[in-house]
Order: sequence, then C-alpha cells, then structure tokens
Amino acid sequence: MRQLPASGVSILDTEEALIRTPGVERNITSAPAPAQEAIRIPPEEAVFRLKDVGAWYGQKHALSDINLDIPLKRVTALIGPSGCGKSTLLRCLNRMNDLIPSARIEGRVEYHGANIYDRGVDPVEVRRRIGMVFQKPNPFPKSIYDNVAFGARVNGIKGNMDEIVERALHQAAIWDEVKNDLRKSGLALSGGQQQRLCIARALAVQPDVILMDEPCSALDPIATLKIEDLIRELTQDFTIVIVTHNMQQAARVSDYTAFLLAAEHGLNGHLIEYGPTTEIFTNPRDRRTEDYITGRFG
Amino acid sequence: MASQPIILRASDAVARRQLVSRLSRYLFLGSTLIGVCVLVVLAYDTIATGASRFSFDFITNYPSRFSEKAGVRPGVLGTLWVLAVTVVASIPVAIGTAIWIEEFAPRNRFITIVKINLANLAGVPSIIYGILGLAIFVRFYDMKQSILAGGLTLALMIIPMTVIAAQEAIRQVPPSLRDGALALGATRWQSVRHNVLPNAIPGIMTGIILAVSRAAGETAALIMIGGFTFIRFDPGPPPVNFDALLDSFTVLPIQIYGYTIDSRREFQANASAGIIVLMIGVMTLNLIAAVIRERFRRY
Repeated sequence: MRQLPASGVSILDTEEALIRTPGVERNITSAPAPAQEAIRIPPEEAVFRLKDVGAWYGQKHALSDINLDIPLKRVTALIGPSGCGKSTLLRCLNRMNDLIPSARIEGRVEYHGANIYDRGVDPVEVRRRIGMVFQKPNPFPKSIYDNVAFGARVNGIKGNMDEIVERALHQAAIWDEVKNDLRKSGLALSGGQQQRLCIARALAVQPDVILMDEPCSALDPIATLKIEDLIRELTQDFTIVIVTHNMQQAARVSDYTAFLLAAEHGLNGHLIEYGPTTEIFTNPRDRRTEDYITGRFG
Repeated sequence: MASQPIILRASDAVARRQLVSRLSRYLFLGSTLIGVCVLVVLAYDTIATGASRFSFDFITNYPSRFSEKAGVRPGVLGTLWVLAVTVVASIPVAIGTAIWIEEFAPRNRFITIVKINLANLAGVPSIIYGILGLAIFVRFYDMKQSILAGGLTLALMIIPMTVIAAQEAIRQVPPSLRDGALALGATRWQSVRHNVLPNAIPGIMTGIILAVSRAAGETAALIMIGGFTFIRFDPGPPPVNFDALLDSFTVLPIQIYGYTIDSRREFQANASAGIIVLMIGVMTLNLIAAVIRERFRRY
C-alpha cells in the first residue's frame, strides 16, 4: 500500500458538531438512525458541507440524513455495497440528479457556503465548477482535440484553444500518448485512454471539484493504476470525490473515506462512518464498517 | 485407458429444436423474397411498357393529345416546386417538435397525449389532409389551387411521420453523451446542438427522405385541393420566380394518373414512362440521403 500523504486537515470534535441548527428543508424520516460520527472541517477548508441530505426517486427513498464535510484538495472516497446510494450522493453534489425526472433532493448541499439547491442557483453554473467523470468512459464521437475543447468552448473560456487542450491533456497524463493523433476519434482510444480523455475533458473547463463515479470499474488493472496515479497528482489543484467498489482503491487513493449502507428496514442509504481513510481502514469505530472492509458482507 | 468417446451428434431434443430453427430460416427467407419478387416484377413490367416512350423529350415536353408528343414537363416542375415548399415548411417544424418532445418537454400526461396523437396523425389517410388543405389553405387563406397550398398540405401530411422518425433518431443517441456534455457545464441547447443533433442527423435524414418520397408520390391529397391534370405552362417565368408559388400546378403522380385513365391505349406507355421518371427522382432522393448519412458517420 502506498503511503498516504499526511492529512493537514484539523478535525473538530464530533459531539458538538452533531448538535447544530437543522437545514431549511429538514425532513427526517422514520428510518432507524444509524450510528454516525460527523466530522466537521473548518469552513475555509471544506468544499462541501452536506446537511441532512436525502434523495428520493419517485416513491423510493434512496438516501437519508447525510451529514458530512468534504475537504479542499483532498480525495474523498464513498464506499459501500451496491444500492447504498453512494452514486446518488455523488450526483447530488453537482445537480446531475436534476436530469432524472422523478428525482427529488432534500436538505442542504453547501458548496463554499452556498446551498446549490437554493432557488436562483443555475445548475449550469454548478456543473462548470464541479466536473464529473462517469463509470463508463463516454468520449464524444468527435476528435480527441474536439473532445477536450468542447467544455472550454461551451463555457466561452477565452484563450488559445490549442494551449488549453494541451494543458488539459498533460494534466490528465495522456498527452504523450495522443499528441500526434489529436485529430483521431476519441472512440479509437483504449478504455483506459478514453477515461483519461474524459478526465482531460473535465479539466479543460478549469473546475474546482471533480466527481468520479467508479472511474475504473470498466478498466483493466494497469489502466486502473494509471488513473489512480493521476488522481493523486490532481489533488495538488483539485478536490476529488470518488465512488468506488474497490476497497483497495479507496485505501490507495483517498484521504477521507465515507462508508454508506442501506438501512436494514428500508432501502434508503445512510452514512455509517466517515473519517480519515487510515482510521476507517485500520481502526473503524462501527462494527458494520469493519465487517464491510474485511469482506464479511457486501 | 479406453474410455467411450463422447458423442456430440444432435440428440432427439436438440435435433427437434434445430429442425424448427432451420425451418424458420426458410420461412423468413420466403417472406423476404415475396417483397423482392413483387418489386422486380413491377419494375420490369413498368420499364417494359414505358421504355419506348422514356426519353429526354418526354421529360421536357408539355402534355399533348398526340401520345408520341406528350410529356410530363409540368408534372416534373410542379413536383419540384411543391416538394420544395413541403420541405421548407415541414422540416424545421418536425425537427423542432422532436427536439422539444425528447429533450425539453416535462414528463406529464399532456406530453403523453401529444405523443399518442402524433402517432395517430401519421396514420390518417392522405385524402383527409387534402380536405384539410382545401378548407384551410385554398379556401380560408385564399391561396387558390396553388403550389403553395399544395406544398403546405403535403407538409401537414408528412410532419407527423417526420417527427416520429426524428424522435426515434434522437432517442438512439446514448444518454451518456448528454450526461457528459451537461456535466461539463453545457446548457441543454448546447448539448442538443453539439452532441445530440450531429449524432441523430443520419436517422433524421432517413426519416425526412422517406417522408418526402411519400409526398412525391402523393396523388389523392393534391387532387382534392385541385392539382390540375392538364397544364401547358411553367410555374412562374423561368428560371426561378417565386410568383410561381401562387400558380396553379400539376404533379407527376397526377399526370401519371391522367395518362392511366385515358381511354386511348397508346397513352398507357406514357403512364409507365412517367412512373420511370418518378422512380428515378425518388431513387435520387434516397441516394442523396445515403451520401449525407455517410458524411455524418465520420467518427
């Protein structure tokens, strides 16, 4: 296992943080409250502060009572068994759930202090700051160059487009492999290259946060390793939230880990435990976390 | 050691299933051949009857009471003019409707009703559109029995089927491309303009060409609004004059129909020759569509 960088984030005491003013649209359901430790990060170091976040798909309660802070320029991993709502939670962070007609979000998702679900917030403004990389690489059926330039163009980013494209491809550690083929179709690349192209595409918009929804699940181990190295590199400039099914991956790349689990009596996912990755993996406080990471269920 | 070699010949159960499978293959081949054979026989019969009359003069001559001098010039020009009006009037409306329904419309009962009615409208007999065109364009808007009225009537007729084809093409664009664009901060329109439409264009083109081909062969609706069968002038002074839009007209299918019902035997060959002209026109349209489709399939 690679050495994790020392976390420079101070963690406030949990007890006090749990008792705080509820969110505007507070809507507690009758599902059993899980044992939950809330980590509070000082405001200037938190990118997201989630307060009583819940999600519904029609009648299905997918997620409830999520309270957690996501630190700046760190990698935060969301882990848990299938159906625990971790992808839903990720999609709450840049309002991608808006695209699902039946989806409804409650609670507050504060991004640098502003609730992204407030009236008057434009989801396009949110998404150009908070980029996303999907589970299945989804390059556009355009040239490599146009794939990367697309985001910059639609956002009206000024400057030399060639430089913007080159910088993004460098940042995504794929420049050397494609520099002579920029006019080739993005679909002609291998799966791992396609995924790094998608990361480059997200970086070209100059976002603040990058959300990754199981970015390696469709890739082979070597391509996976490259993406993981890249994720570590990117923390110098970006905040990353990654959903993963792979526990070793969470341990390798993340600074913080949140473990989610669907409630026993319902279908809605809860946050079971959240903390520095080293603690979650070496000294989990909750029995269910321990069972999950040691492979006893899920 | 001498073990019994395993026998992999079809057992009774497998043999029975394979028999059904092989029979089904011939059954479906047969149904394909029915269509192909009918088409070949029809084409052969038409060409055999009409080839003697098919010539450049036949396309450029006006109708005449002498069968060997008669031509389909007004029909060809009328068809081109009417189709031009139809294309200009129907395509923007049809594509716009499809985009709205697939990309922008909320999911509610109103939209469901709209969708069902589009499917119903695509199945309405063309004569009904003719009556509608007669009432609205010819009478109410007083366009007389003009090219404009004819083109707009055909536009009404093909809009529903073009919308349905375009919707289908738009639905074929993978949702992951929309997600990808929107996650980069593109607006809905930017996602449609740069991702959805370029990928849907081949399918939309196919739908448009099929619809326009149907309009090119339409007779009933245009007879209803008064496309004449015997005309001896060109629409508007040449080469292109938009006054033509208000001229009276005929179209190829109506001329063909006119030749077919003519009691004089020698005019039957003219009807077949007219069909050859129409077929060449429609096949050219299909060729254009194929070229456009390939151009957009670069990646």
